[in-house]
Amino acid sequence: MATPLTMTVDLVARFPGKVTADSRPGYTGFIVNKENLVEVATAIRDEFGYDLLTAVTAVDFIAENKMEVVYHAYKTTGGAGLVFKVQVERVDPIEVPSLINLWAGVDFQEREAWDLYGIKFTGHPDLRRILMWEGYDGHPLRKDWKEPFFEEEAKPFKSRWPDGKHTFAENKNPFRDNLNFPKDFDPENFVVEKEEDLYLSLERDSLKDKAGNMKTDHIVVNMGPHHPSTHGVLRVAVQLDGETIIGLKPVMGYLHRNHDKIGERNTYLQIIPYTDRLDYFNSMSNNFGYVTAVEKLMKIQVAERAEYIRVIMAELSRIQNHLIFIGMLMNDLGAMYTPSLYAFEERELILDIFEAVSGARMMCNYFRFGGVVRDIPEFALKKIQDLVSDRLPAKIDEMERFLNENEILMARLKGIHVLNAEEAINYSVTGPVLRAAGVPYDLRRADPYSIYDRFDFDVAVRHNGDMMDNYLIRFDEIRQSLRILEQALKQIPQGPINSQKPAYQVRVPAGEAYGRIESPKGELGFYLISNGKPNPYRYHVRPASFVNLQCVEKMCIGTKIADFVALVAMLDIVMGELDR
Amino acid sequence: MYGKGILKGLSVTWKRFWDTYTDDISWMLKGRKRYNSVEGVAHRSSKNTKGIFTVQYPEEQLIVPEEFRFVPFLVYDEGAEGRKEVRCTSCGICAKVCPPQCIWIVRTNDPATGRPVPVPTDFHIDMDICMNCGFCAEYCPFDAIKMDHKFDIASYQRNVYGMEQLLKPAKYYAEIRPENFNREEEARKAKEAAKAAKAEAAPSA
Repeated sequence: MATPLTMTVDLVARFPGKVTADSRPGYTGFIVNKENLVEVATAIRDEFGYDLLTAVTAVDFIAENKMEVVYHAYKTTGGAGLVFKVQVERVDPIEVPSLINLWAGVDFQEREAWDLYGIKFTGHPDLRRILMWEGYDGHPLRKDWKEPFFEEEAKPFKSRWPDGKHTFAENKNPFRDNLNFPKDFDPENFVVEKEEDLYLSLERDSLKDKAGNMKTDHIVVNMGPHHPSTHGVLRVAVQLDGETIIGLKPVMGYLHRNHDKIGERNTYLQIIPYTDRLDYFNSMSNNFGYVTAVEKLMKIQVAERAEYIRVIMAELSRIQNHLIFIGMLMNDLGAMYTPSLYAFEERELILDIFEAVSGARMMCNYFRFGGVVRDIPEFALKKIQDLVSDRLPAKIDEMERFLNENEILMARLKGIHVLNAEEAINYSVTGPVLRAAGVPYDLRRADPYSIYDRFDFDVAVRHNGDMMDNYLIRFDEIRQSLRILEQALKQIPQGPINSQKPAYQVRVPAGEAYGRIESPKGELGFYLISNGKPNPYRYHVRPASFVNLQCVEKMCIGTKIADFVALVAMLDIVMGELDR
Repeated sequence: MYGKGILKGLSVTWKRFWDTYTDDISWMLKGRKRYNSVEGVAHRSSKNTKGIFTVQYPEEQLIVPEEFRFVPFLVYDEGAEGRKEVRCTSCGICAKVCPPQCIWIVRTNDPATGRPVPVPTDFHIDMDICMNCGFCAEYCPFDAIKMDHKFDIASYQRNVYGMEQLLKPAKYYAEIRPENFNREEEARKAKEAAKAAKAEAAPSA
């Protein structure tokens, strides 16, 4: 079971008058006065040792006319986290001091809160929209904002039953009536002027290093959104001096669909298949994270056999994710197709298992609150056993023989893009990238969830923090996953696969919960607020690849543009999760 | 020696290359078909497969497992004189649980009394919106809606399926999902037997 969020720190006693405990029923943590936020946050980091600020998000309490910013801080040495919040009045402009000078890792998440909630973070040097485009009108996650084709506040829609005559949504909302344009918007004369801000932000960073040097022209290159090496639709504006990167800004949101808002319209159960579509390589892990959060809120136990099935599925998912990672890294380095297809062959066999168990290869939709949908069939269990004990270890060894001593590979990876431990923590990087930088922080050990505390495995860690270590750590992790799988297959008991009765609507008591798991890409968190209704009041995903991408700017300045392609592959981003 | 690592890697590729053919040859010598046969496809998806194991779609197709799900269909039982007895009672649970809300049901009302009758007048599923999650089949209390195995439904039109496209006989369901079908039939028979026993016991009590 996940460790409860115990309050080991008494902030109220340390900051009398500046901090109050959050006493709303079902809520935890502390409410910090807006004026004292930076002071209290400094103490949280330096005095109390919560050095990893993982999640920053906002909540719109429209009924109380309040906006709340929620911070989740953790220790890299492990243990429960510390939740602190700031409440501000919901009158524009809403202003909250930025924590970017304490944690560089709040950068994207504060920009996201500005974009989707309209909270201005004073002191943030680059507060532009991040997921929506510049010139967009409104802040989509506010409770009074309505999307195009809006039908009702929450599903199920009344138009579907008992008198559900099929209509197409666009017939109800003809084109142009379903979009909100800003006041005085004239499409004829529209120029994207905020685009300049992006290039200016590049210029500002690069000017610093240029003092005194001979004046040379710099080139701005836009890589993507349609570029074969950007893993989908990531766009990166790069400023180049010759071939050297002197400024770099990722631009994202091309695959944005406002997953959070969709989630708030859905019932708790209906969200599960939508989480499949976040990190579409690891739908099992996404399901896992989400049901962990809801189960925390519902305070229910998971059936014993289901716990084992979950771990088996999550670890298989990790193996196939890392296989894709290895294959795709090779693709981006120029070793076209042969390594990636070797990796995909093994992945194929794992996907066959997912298909036999859940019914789909990628969009598994396999977890339910309290357990899983159905038991693993006997033949699938046999196949997992065969793969784990026979085939995969040999194939991983073969992969290593195939690639790891390759001189070209070493030349491309060794000593390039080094991220040291302090920087990695400061940038809120999690997952294999953090562990390759020498921080043995793995949620399966640091803050064990499900039944990971029963297994004997090592946290894979490497110490150079360069690309080579980032690459090699994936092999280590696959081996550890195989170890966990072997134990899980041995220990798996017989019994029911769900502790709850199947129900298409679940009752979730009011309160908040933050459920997080070690997904193959890093910490995957789900922040939920329930008000007792069938739909969550607030549903937030803390995606690993989104937060991990923040370190890219730091790592790239001063390196060659060709290595940047490899870095994008190394961070193992997936746009479905990054753009949500 | 510089280049040793590359050579070592290439030896793996070399081995893989021959593996494809050794498997082919050994199957040929045994007189079995590695290609265009169910046995061959099954072997190529097993843990013992070696070399290239691509399945040549559409000439051959992967064997889908029983739980494979792709778009729902409605089940009907064949009554006397080939009458279609639709299992659906238009209770609306599938429409309510559907995450993208692609199921549209019109409930039948008795024209005389105005009370609902347990058959749907109209049943539409927008297959272009359906996300194949399988919730409708999972939560249907009457085993009336099930997930199909037929996955090549691409067409030039929009795929809004009405009753005539959705209805498939229980026989078909038993064919694609034999284990599930038998389990449900057994549960239904047990329930009916319990009901009959109760009805028998009731008058004497």
